[in-house]
Amino acid sequence: MTIVGLGLPRRLVEFTVDGEAVRVPEGSTILDACAAAGKDIPTLCFGDTLEPANACRVCMVEVEGSRTLVPSCSRKAEPGMVVRTETDRTRLSRKVVLELLGSATDLSTTPDVAGWMAECGAEPERFGPPAPASDDRDDRRPGEHEIPDGLTAATVRQPVKVDNELYVRDYGKCIQCYKCVDACGEQWQNTFAITMAGRGFDARISTEFANPLPDSACVYCGNCVEVCPTGALSFKREHDKREAGTWDESRQTATTTICTFCGVGCSLTLHVQDNEIVKVTSPHESSVTHGNLCIKGRFGWQHVQNR
Amino acid sequence: MDLRFLNAEPTDAERHAVDALGAGSRDQLLPALHAVNDRVGWISQGALNHICRRLNVPPAEAYGVASFYALFSLKERPPRVVHVCTDLACRVNGAEAVTEAFDAAGIGWHRSPCLGVCERAPAALAFEAGDPAEGRLLAPATPSEITREPSTWEEAPVSVPQQGGPGLRLLRRVGVVEPESLDAYRAAGGYAALRNALLLGPAGVIREVTDSGLMGRGGAAFPTGRKWDAAARQPERTRYLVCNADESEPGTFKDRVLIEGDPFALVEAMTIAAFAIGAQKGYVYLRGEYPRALKTLRNAIDVARERGFLGENIMGRQGFSFDIEIRRGAGAYICGEETAIFNSIEGYRGEPRSKPPFPVEKGLFGKPTVVNNVETLVNIPLILTEGCEAYRRIGTERSTGPKLFCLSGNVRRPGVYEVPFGTTLGELLELAGGVPEGRELRAVLLGGAAGGFVRPDETTLPLTMEDARAAGATLGSGVVLALDDQADLGGFLVRIAAFFRDESCGQCVPCRIGTVRQEEALHRIVGGRKLGTGGDDLALLREVGQVMRDSSICGLGQTAWNAIESAIDRLGALEERS
Repeated sequence: MTIVGLGLPRRLVEFTVDGEAVRVPEGSTILDACAAAGKDIPTLCFGDTLEPANACRVCMVEVEGSRTLVPSCSRKAEPGMVVRTETDRTRLSRKVVLELLGSATDLSTTPDVAGWMAECGAEPERFGPPAPASDDRDDRRPGEHEIPDGLTAATVRQPVKVDNELYVRDYGKCIQCYKCVDACGEQWQNTFAITMAGRGFDARISTEFANPLPDSACVYCGNCVEVCPTGALSFKREHDKREAGTWDESRQTATTTICTFCGVGCSLTLHVQDNEIVKVTSPHESSVTHGNLCIKGRFGWQHVQNR
Repeated sequence: MDLRFLNAEPTDAERHAVDALGAGSRDQLLPALHAVNDRVGWISQGALNHICRRLNVPPAEAYGVASFYALFSLKERPPRVVHVCTDLACRVNGAEAVTEAFDAAGIGWHRSPCLGVCERAPAALAFEAGDPAEGRLLAPATPSEITREPSTWEEAPVSVPQQGGPGLRLLRRVGVVEPESLDAYRAAGGYAALRNALLLGPAGVIREVTDSGLMGRGGAAFPTGRKWDAAARQPERTRYLVCNADESEPGTFKDRVLIEGDPFALVEAMTIAAFAIGAQKGYVYLRGEYPRALKTLRNAIDVARERGFLGENIMGRQGFSFDIEIRRGAGAYICGEETAIFNSIEGYRGEPRSKPPFPVEKGLFGKPTVVNNVETLVNIPLILTEGCEAYRRIGTERSTGPKLFCLSGNVRRPGVYEVPFGTTLGELLELAGGVPEGRELRAVLLGGAAGGFVRPDETTLPLTMEDARAAGATLGSGVVLALDDQADLGGFLVRIAAFFRDESCGQCVPCRIGTVRQEEALHRIVGGRKLGTGGDDLALLREVGQVMRDSSICGLGQTAWNAIESAIDRLGALEERS
């Protein structure tokens, strides 16, 4: 049985989205309202278990009376608000934002993004061929950069960070949505092993002084991997299988069960390929875990396979 | 919090520098990073770790904060660091010759965004770590002088071209009245306004300020009285006043001149503002590149406190307590954004917050906060001594009061000028002596890098908020940067684009990546290069610019395309090359 917290009764807020009247409980965001009305607004930095980070700007909508577009993921619905999700401005914004991301970042493992890009006609390659990977991103100083010639498009391509046996950081795929930082920090784990460091285009997720993870405060709960929307963070097993070309989601099953390590009763979802556990996640809607686990639940399953 | 710290110890010097600050919490992070950087010139793992232990801050987060600011180094470096301004005004006044001279002399230097001394361009600023640390400015920096020891660099006393002239209000004491002396300030009319304010009461002060029509001078032109009133109406009793002195818009130096030349006026103005809105504590967020303004203001605050003009029961008014703390920025233009400034003071990365909620509801430390620019505040004593009626008669009906403009670039007498709103651009350029002999005016950058260009045939434009808006321009922070027919406009635009790329905080995609693509496209256009795709780079710039304007979180990204767009549309720049 799932116990749902009902909270205090909330007043309804009435406003219009694309000409249709909608009513949502007070405190709902425009995105909530759109979802309830069956409108599909793409999001990247929005996390269902996290506070909105407002960073990716993919979910922008037009609100009458507002000089700029507004992020639907975080703007609360107000009575009488007039919202439009499909206008020339929102379409241009979505297209260019996706193009900018695609031109700087490897989005090959980001779910859904290819479809959105095709839909809005995004052409990241119009900014020029991607600049090659660089290995100095952790050392870049704020407020200065190498003068470009414009013939290639700067990217965040860089070598993959493999410094432990549990998970891998491929920041060439990172869109800097802050989800991993928030999950590691005060929103869930309170470990504070990682942060946004640097500034501007050279901003990056980092430990202190970019020290390797084993020297950092990381406790390997893997909650950062759980919330990563792009595959920049992935389990080592998944990373190795992808490298070897043997990762195949079509051959995987997902089974949700209860973790046996302690009495908390966390929900685990075991992803199994070829009769082998290849990754462990946790359902975000679980009232026990909200998608979070500890190192044992997340990574302590090898013994199952010792036959 | 049960935090995990590093296995690294500070040196004695690092430890002493941090410990001298006393006990503290997260909001002491920026001062602590400054303390170490000032003492040894850079921040080591041991020093950062010590700061984190004392303030109970996770090391990763402290690293994230330290690596946000250009004036800090997280790698070992020599105690002396020279910053050479290669920004807009210095660029057109020979900054390249200065950097070449440094290179020829084998002296290491950093390329710096605008150092805010455009009236004496080109400028170089040397920081020397030690106990105490020193910051010295050389302006104008000549290739022959820069190779001298920075300890022998001597800064000219603060001055304005109209010094001591009739009719000055905001600048009347600058260069005339001793900036270190409270007695001299009082003899020149100081603290009469606070006395009047105490008689009027908080609501009366807000009414006067509202009726004066004063609008913010930092660039956004929001009515000051309305802002104060909104904060004063909040049920929450803990309120803050923040003076935004993070003047970093290229071509802007008026706030520095005000602080260096008339610091007590700012202290008095802040005290009046605090009285009106019911704030017990005020911060001056002063940009880190202003060592002399720091010294002058620190002295003014200390003296005012000693003499009962700050602290408890100010001017004998029972129950009216207010004090001011200076926060030094550390090289980040974005921290002048009104919500980024809160994060910076609180010890977080200077990333703007999402609005709403607005600062008057939830600002610094989550409390109602008024953020006012230095020049805005310095208008307050005028309103309270002259009365709002008299104040309203200055300027035009909708843009009231005197206004400071920062004249720089190719003009004969650069400097801060005070004129009533409504003075035309041409009259202002005339005051500054116009372009040098034998040259022709090519364009004026009005309002700063986030502003826009106007043509020589538009100099009849009356400088008011409404006329500027109607003309599709902005007065911004009061920048009037003249370019003559010999100026390299393409290079100038590329520099503006580089500035926004460097100063973007990186939080949102349109600004973080858009400013990079804008700079790249400009380099192609100015350099006459084409991509293999053969795409139209002007069209590309327009699309990226539009999306930066529409979808960036804050004013930086929203305005990063303004000047370049106006150069294309108003000056017809770039077209002949593409």
